[in-house]
Amino acid sequence: MSEQRVVIVGAGHAGGSAAAFLRQYGFAGPIVLIGEEPIPPYQRPPLSKAWLKGEADADSLALKPLEFYAEHGMDLRLNAVAVSINRGEQVVTLADGQTVPYDVLILATGARARKLPIPGADLAGVLELRTAADAEALKAAIGPGKRLAVIGGGYVGLEAAASGRALGAEVVVVEREPRVLARVACETLSTFFQDYHRDRGVVFELDAGVEAFEGEGGRIVGVRLSDGRLIACDAALVGVGATPNDELAKDAGLECAGGVVVDEDARTADPHIFAIGDVAHRPLPLYDRMFRLESVPNALEQAKQAAAAIAGRPAPAPETPWFWSDQYDLKLQIAGIPFEADQVIVRGDPAEARFAVFHLKGDRLLAVEAVNAPPEFMAGKMLIAQRKAVAPEKLRDMSVSMKNVAA
Amino acid sequence: MAKITYIEHDGTEHTVDVKPGLSVMEGAVKNNIPGIDADCGGACACATCHVYVDQAWRDKTGSASAMEESMLDFAENVEPNSRLSCQIKVGEDLDGLVVRMPESQH
Ligand SMILES: Cc1cc2nc3c(=O)[nH]c(=O)nc-3n(C[C@H](O)[C@H](O)[C@H](O)COP(=O)(O)OP(=O)(O)OC[C@H]3O[C@@H](n4cnc5c(N)ncnc54)[C@H](O)[C@@H]3O)c2cc1C
Ligand code: FES
Repeated sequence: MSEQRVVIVGAGHAGGSAAAFLRQYGFAGPIVLIGEEPIPPYQRPPLSKAWLKGEADADSLALKPLEFYAEHGMDLRLNAVAVSINRGEQVVTLADGQTVPYDVLILATGARARKLPIPGADLAGVLELRTAADAEALKAAIGPGKRLAVIGGGYVGLEAAASGRALGAEVVVVEREPRVLARVACETLSTFFQDYHRDRGVVFELDAGVEAFEGEGGRIVGVRLSDGRLIACDAALVGVGATPNDELAKDAGLECAGGVVVDEDARTADPHIFAIGDVAHRPLPLYDRMFRLESVPNALEQAKQAAAAIAGRPAPAPETPWFWSDQYDLKLQIAGIPFEADQVIVRGDPAEARFAVFHLKGDRLLAVEAVNAPPEFMAGKMLIAQRKAVAPEKLRDMSVSMKNVAA
Repeated sequence: MAKITYIEHDGTEHTVDVKPGLSVMEGAVKNNIPGIDADCGGACACATCHVYVDQAWRDKTGSASAMEESMLDFAENVEPNSRLSCQIKVGEDLDGLVVRMPESQH
């Protein structure tokens, strides 16, 4: 088994972690890690947070130091793009024409920032935030007195807004929906974050469409809204979601459904091919459904699943999906997903910037969104995994500790 | 540089040089020392970087913030000398530090 050759396409959080887990699990065969970016696998979360604010250096972004790969017998090929997979011959072809044979292939190609198909999208100063190179460009564009327009009030947009304010930039967030975080969080949380940002000088344009980016001499000078108004700015960050890089898989005839379809081991219908991380459409055992997640814990969990299956180890226990976000002095931690929730319970007081929102279906906890409330997050995450019955009145009652609720 | 010794739950010792400015967690992860998962990369959001600080070093490593305390409160097998290693910054004064890892981080 261990003499198989594993090829990983995509040297991001999932791909880099899968390589490391394979070795940790005792896999001794050759590993080839193919990545389009010029630098070894790194963490993206700080790109909109600590790194953007200048609180973390580039070294601290790297998952592992460069030497790690050679020391562990991994063939790390940077600036290398895979363009096709020949499943019959088990070969990956790179953009420069080289071919890389595999016994086992792991697709870890992640997702890319969605673009806005509107006039002016190619002006200088119209930015996105997915890679370290994108983050460099954004950092250069924000500073005291600079005006940043953020298109899209999702996590990446709001984190960039908070970091922009911390660096002294003026920030306007333009959101198509009537509230920020509309697709990913409940209304209580949206309202809380909007107020918190407003109190720190961020201006919101909600329910607002973007017509075009206006430029002068090839550089952006403003964002034209659907109602005709122009938001003057020095740079615009487009943060309107991500699209999975599943074209390689699709072209190779693998089933895709907004991401590459995989099973509990992160394996596709082709027994030689796995898909992990942001690119995978995967089963969520706790919720009896298929879903595509975009988070580090998801990338790590699936990297473990694939590595365990390849190394012949027992599969890791299924995890509760979770996520975090840092904005100003707020730590948001979310566990679970509120599919089909029929009851929402708020514990604590949003006005004190320390509270949690629980989503239940009957007496089963499906998800918790916790702001500066680690006990609520930690206990909630456990309760979700255990699928135990929870008493709603205890959740609501701050005099009952979360330890007690979870007991 | 500060020499830090990480002791796995099974007793395996790893002594490595860690650059001041990094966290004790980063010192382990960058050297591929198993036993510290650090899923959130140091954001104090996951509690999978739990370590036991050797008694002799408890003063020098300081005390946990309220946020760290409440994360630790829900980790497994917590002891009075438990810390989240991403919250301990390495300085020359931690040269010689010894930390032990719990049986599991999940
Ligand atoms: C700004 C930002 C902030 C975030 N904050 C958080 C957070 O706070 N918490 C959290 O949990 N998650 C966060 N995320 C999400 C998290 O970073 C992703 O879920 C994670 O990176 C997914 O890992 P991945 O390996 O699947 O994809 P990626 O990390 O995107 O890696 C995919 C890699 O594959 C490469 N690639 C693609 N196609 C090819 C090809 N054909 N050939 C070769 N290489 C290819 C890409 O260049 C890329 O390097 C954030 C993301 C961003 C962008
Ligand atoms: S690394 Fe996540 S809490 Fe320390």
